[in-house]
Amino acid sequence: MTYLRRAHPLWFAYLLHRISGLALALFLPVHFWVLSRALTAPQDLDRFLAFAELPAVKLAEWGLVFLLSVHAFGGLRLLALEWLPWQPRHKTLAAGAVALSMLVSGTFFLQAW
Amino acid sequence: MSGTDGIGTINVSVWRGGPEGGAYQQFDVPRHESQTVLDTVAWIQQEADPTLSYRFACRVGMCGSCAMMVNGVPRWTCRTHVDKVLHDDRMEIAPLRNLPVIKDLAANMDPFFDKWVKAGGVFEGTDTRQDGFAPVVHESADRAEADAGIECINCAVCYASCDTVAGDPNFLGPAALNRAWTLVNDAKDASRDRVLDAVSASGGCHSCHSMGNCQQYCPNGLSPLSAIAGLKRATVRRAFRGR
Amino acid sequence: MEFRLYLLQRISALIMVPLVLGHIAVMIYAVQDGLSTDEILSRTRGSVFWAVFYGTFVVAVAIHAAIGLRTITREWLGVTGVTLDGFAAATCFGLLAMGMNAVAAVTLAP
Repeated sequence: MTYLRRAHPLWFAYLLHRISGLALALFLPVHFWVLSRALTAPQDLDRFLAFAELPAVKLAEWGLVFLLSVHAFGGLRLLALEWLPWQPRHKTLAAGAVALSMLVSGTFFLQAW
Repeated sequence: MSGTDGIGTINVSVWRGGPEGGAYQQFDVPRHESQTVLDTVAWIQQEADPTLSYRFACRVGMCGSCAMMVNGVPRWTCRTHVDKVLHDDRMEIAPLRNLPVIKDLAANMDPFFDKWVKAGGVFEGTDTRQDGFAPVVHESADRAEADAGIECINCAVCYASCDTVAGDPNFLGPAALNRAWTLVNDAKDASRDRVLDAVSASGGCHSCHSMGNCQQYCPNGLSPLSAIAGLKRATVRRAFRGR
Repeated sequence: MEFRLYLLQRISALIMVPLVLGHIAVMIYAVQDGLSTDEILSRTRGSVFWAVFYGTFVVAVAIHAAIGLRTITREWLGVTGVTLDGFAAATCFGLLAMGMNAVAAVTLAP
């Protein structure tokens, strides 16, 4: 499948939405499995949480919160695009969604670090 | 475009081949002022290789026949100045993406038009010749929506630009859906429900991911993106309110 | 069918808007001064609220992610027909099962 050589903001928004959704969908089973350890093997969960103190893991957590925020805010933009009266300024909204996600995930990171 | 008043040459890579496949062939084309991409293709066929197949008609940006991929982007070649697209005096020309190739730069437009019909693009009138003319109220919101989409000349640039079409051969595509939206808003058309059904099937408007390449690349400035959003709104409203 | 899947996708998204924002807010709060199993469980164990909150989240995300993955599988991997729908259903049930298991793990009183 060939891609167009010149990309533009709305296309990047589409790709970001898709990649973030894919990454979150792949992360979810791992997330559920780790949490389920709390019931059968709480010491495993504690060990995992200790591992999660590593800086690299904190960075990864920031990444996940960013992806979740960007997917959610981007999704809200799409719902507005599809279900509310048409607005021409979608590039602005797309940029706004990314900016808001940086703010939210940045807040998380500062608390987590 | 003959003569020796050229200002150098440009290296043009042209896709040659057919349905089974092909490859790029290089040509050195004399460069001129105000030269269009179509000019270079015509020069190649007339002066270098008469076996090159390509389409054009009006050569003034009205018919859409000369649409091709230029440096990976779908354009009307008669309205694309070489100056605007050259990368280091080089240029790459290929047939429109997402359509089967007949030969060289001529793509097979059949799937494009088949989808035009499949999306419900055929007008169904209500009046007979015995009735008076149907008044068209230009100021109405519906008419404004329809007017925004009726300048489509079926050039397939939007269809070639769409990654969703590329990934899903079933997807009706921006032009067909844009046309469907103009009919949904046409007060004279009797088949609103039929059209909404047609665009709700597999490959319909709900497959669009709003990436906006169609709006970005339409040479006529149309927005299939907003038309498809309108179709989504209309189908959802119908599902919940019955109209 | 495609229209129904589209509606399910959008509606599950709407349901998740407050849940996602709530989840992120909780994470920002909870991650302060480190995480520990006891700290998490002391908040969630025996809580009907968290069971309903995350239970709903799991159902919505199982549906939403399955439909999303179905689209990606069709457009980027070219899978169609029964294989595609089978994959989507399996994803939905898989996420539902694992998710409910996780919710039970953190909310059921020991």
